Amino acid sequence: MALVRRAKRGDDQAFEELVRRYDRNVFRIAQHITQNREDAEDVVQEAFLKAYSNLEKFQEQSKFYTWLVRIAVNEALMKLRRRKPERTVSLDEEVKTEDDSLPREVADWSPNPEQMYNQGELREILTRTIQGLPAGFRTVFVLRDVEGLSTEETAQALELSIPAVKSRLLRARLQLRERLNRFFQKRASGDGDQ
Amino acid sequence: MKCSEFLNELTNYLDGALDARTKSELDNHLAWCHNCYVVCDTTRKTIEIYHNSELYELPDDLRARLESAIMSKCCAHKKSEPPTS
Repeated sequence: MALVRRAKRGDDQAFEELVRRYDRNVFRIAQHITQNREDAEDVVQEAFLKAYSNLEKFQEQSKFYTWLVRIAVNEALMKLRRRKPERTVSLDEEVKTEDDSLPREVADWSPNPEQMYNQGELREILTRTIQGLPAGFRTVFVLRDVEGLSTEETAQALELSIPAVKSRLLRARLQLRERLNRFFQKRASGDGDQ
Repeated sequence: MKCSEFLNELTNYLDGALDARTKSELDNHLAWCHNCYVVCDTTRKTIEIYHNSELYELPDDLRARLESAIMSKCCAHKKSEPPTS
């Protein structure tokens, strides 16, 4: 918190240090949500500028990073809405999933996915798979499981209840598992690529 | 315990957020239900693989450009603000 307090008193070097500390995380989150690199770059800049200009309003009841993530997620969702106006993008609405979360295919992943694909292939699979999740699920999964925020911090950052975070996280994890199963099971059974 | 009940608790189970008694019930279920064992194991791998994936890393040159742009904008904002008394 010392850096944040110095930044609040007008120390720009301290704020620059905060930028350096968190810009990679904000960029990752922004790109996961917007699925667009230019938008993610804009989100990083806008989120830090908003944090800078509203620093005196930061009450220090949460971590600075959680507060920053909240700003960044809102900016990223706005970008996504502008880019995909035909689809409502909101974290508040209950995301319809039908039975997407229920396991249909149950098979071991063997050998490990890291051994089945090279780094580039694996990255492509992971990117395409997570992009297929609804924004509300994707965001919860990224904050919790990629960035490592706690359930409470994720709830704070997204202004969701803890049960809502847990419910979305469960469905996000199961949907990703189901989708990855197609890739990681297939080659193991010798069927070749899709 | 039914498989659907196990699935409902899967996130808490994987996050270690269960009391000892519930965890033990889930462990017992996993000991005999192969399907739930596989779902649990592959879900754990899903989380690990994304956590370690390093998707969307910020390249150094872009990072330097963004940091410079952010601080320029912050300076411009400060100058445009009336001084607080």
